[in-house]
Amino acid sequence: MGATMGAGLKDAAVIAGIGQTAFAKRLPESERALACRAIVAALDDAGIAPSEVDAFASYTMEETDEVEVAKAIGAGDVTFFAKAGYGGGGSCATVAHLAAAIATGQASVGVAWRSRKRGSGPRPWRNTAVQLPTPAQWTRPFGLLRPADEIGILARRYMHEYGATRDHFFNVALACRNRANQNPDAVMYERPLTREMYMTARWISEPLCLFDNCLETDGALACVVVAAERARDLRQRPVYVHSAAQGLPAQHHGMVNYWTDDPLTGPAWTAARQLWKQADFGPEDVDVAQIYDAFTPLIPLSLEGYGFCGRGEGAAFTEGGALETGGRLPLNTAGGGLSEAYVHGFNLITEGVRQLRGTATAQVPDAATCLVTAGEGVPTSALLLRS
Amino acid sequence: MSTSMTGPTDNAPEPRPSPRTCPSPEPHSSPRTRPFPEPPPPDADALLLPVPDDDGAPFWQYAARGELRVQGCAACGELRFPPRPCCPHCQSFDDRWQRMSGRGRIWSYVLPHPPLLPAYAAQAPYNVIVVELADAPRIRLVGNLVAAPDAPLDSVDPARIRIGAPVKVVFHEQAPGVTVPRWLLERP
Ligand SMILES: [Zn+2]
Repeated sequence: MGATMGAGLKDAAVIAGIGQTAFAKRLPESERALACRAIVAALDDAGIAPSEVDAFASYTMEETDEVEVAKAIGAGDVTFFAKAGYGGGGSCATVAHLAAAIATGQASVGVAWRSRKRGSGPRPWRNTAVQLPTPAQWTRPFGLLRPADEIGILARRYMHEYGATRDHFFNVALACRNRANQNPDAVMYERPLTREMYMTARWISEPLCLFDNCLETDGALACVVVAAERARDLRQRPVYVHSAAQGLPAQHHGMVNYWTDDPLTGPAWTAARQLWKQADFGPEDVDVAQIYDAFTPLIPLSLEGYGFCGRGEGAAFTEGGALETGGRLPLNTAGGGLSEAYVHGFNLITEGVRQLRGTATAQVPDAATCLVTAGEGVPTSALLLRS
Repeated sequence: MSTSMTGPTDNAPEPRPSPRTCPSPEPHSSPRTRPFPEPPPPDADALLLPVPDDDGAPFWQYAARGELRVQGCAACGELRFPPRPCCPHCQSFDDRWQRMSGRGRIWSYVLPHPPLLPAYAAQAPYNVIVVELADAPRIRLVGNLVAAPDAPLDSVDPARIRIGAPVKVVFHEQAPGVTVPRWLLERP
């Protein structure tokens, strides 16, 4: 590949291995132990020895330290390590940082991971001793305490402006649940969802009910990133990192993005512009999508942001089974954060890899391109993967 | 210094407040000091109190005086929220706090239900509204719609809450020396 300006990242790196622990409301092991299990499994999947690992990328919030992980798994000398901030917004950025490091020769075998005990551990919003001074002073005294409350404000406004309804949010919840019902690893594998259950569920923060909220899960996942040239020698069919982007929009405020001209255009719009600018294909060419689903309204907002439909059309896009198998855009095909596991979106990356390997439990026939996104509503990131 | 700011007389720029409890730094003094009284220790059974940062402290000091003021740029006049050290339009570090009329419209709202922190769970479901200020429509304040300044968070029937409804600010002393803005319907 020539050293053309701006062409350095495209298809230069591949995801060569994926690994994960079980997902459950409660797992006995520590976050560190779970992280090591997922990483060792991902390296084994790739057929790469842990001693070859020389790069790490991870998240913030309930961090597992790369020093601890590296020495536990038996990594070699590490020459690149990075953390992507803002919780779930960092998921795809971990892979993006590793791909960039590998494309620029700073490292050769990178590991990205997420380990989190959000199922059995404390809910972060319950912490009253430690408050983020900005913007918590403007929101928490008034009882806007939880992420569901913060996103609920945007969801209500979105419903008001564009005529979105609870049935649209149900379409999202149902698609994810239906795919989880096909995935034995999913927390909701044996738990179907009906419209009746959704419409009569208890409220969390009106207009959001229980089923508009993601799961609370213990679990860990990892993936291994190497240079494309190396992919030929590896155990698995390589999945190329075709394009990658982060997004922190001008004047963005995080989850409580109420203080901009247009709060309903979030970080997805910024990440999408950069993502598509680097890509050889567009939204109409995406075979399957793994879109961050901490809350159902994030899906219509993201569908608009990533260009699958126009402004205000994201809710209507979900109609007619569009997000189901065989629909216009099969979504979160392992169940997503709503119904497989909520591990800050890393399960969306591994499911994207399985779809492009052809090994998913709800396989989209001949899937060759996949969009994976990180948390919308916070500084975010996204990947375009291709087989 | 710009004198282009216009508006009602009570909207006039005013230097930072210096109430007895909060010695304020001289204009342009450096470094900034924390001009807000130390917050009381968190009480797990009480509503959360604002924990101001240096930039936000004047908002709460004005609120304690019954004034709703928003940070503006002393150089170009643009208002900004949340408060921050520097104007994103002209990069001036000089600010002035503009008094707002206290009128606005509900931009959106939620009705939180448990699980919640105990003091909030006790009043749930309550409302949290976001108010678009009449004087500065892109500045939206999070707050509560109440039936009277000191009424509970659930004192307005949720059926009466509508996006677009006009509201006006009132002030409620949530703890000794700590005052928060709240909102009443203009047409109760
Ligand atoms: Zn300015």
